[in-house]
Amino acid sequence: MTTTPPAPPKNRTMMRPATITRSRTKTPTWVPPVLVALGIIAIWYFVSYVVLDASRRFLLPPPHEVFTQAFFDPTVFGDIMVALGRTAIVALVGLAIAIVLGVGWAVAMSQARWIERSTFPYAVILQCIPILALVPLIGFWFGFDYPARIIVCVMIALFPMVSNTLFGLQSVDKGQRELFQLQKAGRWTVLSKLEFPAALPAIFAGMRISAGLAVVGAIVGDYFFRRGEPGLGSLISNYQSRVQSAELFAAIITASLFGVLIFVIFGWLGKRVVGKWYDFSAS
Amino acid sequence: MSIATPPVAPATTTQQLLHFDDVAMTFPNGTTALSGVNLTVNRGEFVTVVGPSGCGKSTLLRIASGLTPATEGVTEVDTTRIGYVFQDATLLPWRDVQSNVELLAELNGKPKKERAATAKEAIDLVGLTGFEKHLPKTLSGGMKMRTSLARSLTLDPELFLFDEPFGALDEITRERLNDELIKLFTEQQFAGLFITHSVSEAVYLSTKVVVMSGRPGKIVDTFPVEFPFPRDPEIRFTAEFAELCGKVSHALREGHH
Repeated sequence: MTTTPPAPPKNRTMMRPATITRSRTKTPTWVPPVLVALGIIAIWYFVSYVVLDASRRFLLPPPHEVFTQAFFDPTVFGDIMVALGRTAIVALVGLAIAIVLGVGWAVAMSQARWIERSTFPYAVILQCIPILALVPLIGFWFGFDYPARIIVCVMIALFPMVSNTLFGLQSVDKGQRELFQLQKAGRWTVLSKLEFPAALPAIFAGMRISAGLAVVGAIVGDYFFRRGEPGLGSLISNYQSRVQSAELFAAIITASLFGVLIFVIFGWLGKRVVGKWYDFSAS
Repeated sequence: MSIATPPVAPATTTQQLLHFDDVAMTFPNGTTALSGVNLTVNRGEFVTVVGPSGCGKSTLLRIASGLTPATEGVTEVDTTRIGYVFQDATLLPWRDVQSNVELLAELNGKPKKERAATAKEAIDLVGLTGFEKHLPKTLSGGMKMRTSLARSLTLDPELFLFDEPFGALDEITRERLNDELIKLFTEQQFAGLFITHSVSEAVYLSTKVVVMSGRPGKIVDTFPVEFPFPRDPEIRFTAEFAELCGKVSHALREGHH
């Protein structure tokens, strides 16, 4: 990541190796993924027009139809954007709650061994429960609107926050701990000046995972409930049942882009906060 | 840093800062790390402990600093100003050099202005002026160790404990840091207890070399080193130096079963 540019060659005869390494790294990093995307689109067209006959083309409408019939249709596009807004609110609120709850829980566990012993197994169990199986129950108890969707979202996004934060807090270097111990630093000082800053890279790594899961959670809850104001989940479910495949693809692509966007934002945020001293590419 | 200016020769006024009386250490798992250790370190003395790995040398420092209590014997520490330099630099990677050096003063609740001034002085002493804003990951191993040294210096230690601080450094950096350490010791006259694997480092740095045997660690021999301070790096190539190194090495080999 942080490769320093090669020093300018001092004499002409040294030029050759320098230029070779340069031309090799000249391809911008975005080129290979774009080539892959073009390849996927090509395969997509191939399947649409060659593999599927016209009567079954609704299974995979050609890429441009996703645009002409869905994204460029003001009604459809409007529906998708409104739904995206609702899903985004659920995902972001759910993520925020998961972060606060997860970090808080992990800090409590790191401070008292008995809290860790008595509650960490449940964090693991929460991770093992197929949340999808609980979704109908959550609907029963909390209704089918925002609160229930946010609960589903938090349940799915919580675990990576808890486990990453706890791991970060506990993996502080022994020597650094003793450095604080020698000055007779109190618990709070050790937490705020040593453990918490040291755990930040792990916390941000957890946030990135949780952010992706929060988007999944927001869509899943909505997809199953199909009540209240429709988010992307309900919309996908509707398009599916009405066999509006171009619209369905548009909604799926929107959901995916939103997931990628939120992942990228948290990745950027992490780099912004701890990238100066922590090398994410190393882990 | 406050060196009293006595009217007579300074070396005659001995002030004991650390004393081990028949100290032993047995870990809960039953291994005995140290047994029957008697050792005194006075102000103006730089005592180096050499011994095979795992002989409990580091345990001695942990006992002196209070990190681990000894299981037997009496440990007297006659000061609260104890500097401890670890094997690793143990810098906090999110803090720059200045802020790392300020850490101990910060933990001891010193006001901001005071700790900035002390840190500046310490950074200057270890020759890192100009690197205040650098993060540890941009520093070489030697510079990290200097930062660690500066951090301990802010405590103005009367007793300075070193746990193989230069073990991971290359030969040239190690020699340079040895010279700087000698300079600091000559200026500040603390009581030093230094752990090392290297016989020549031990002889070069100290006023007294203590040789320990393999587990359980026992003191098997003690060699006073008479070369004057500040030490001339050239003494390393003298016959006397070589002879003393030879004696220490012999004692080490005999104590190593």
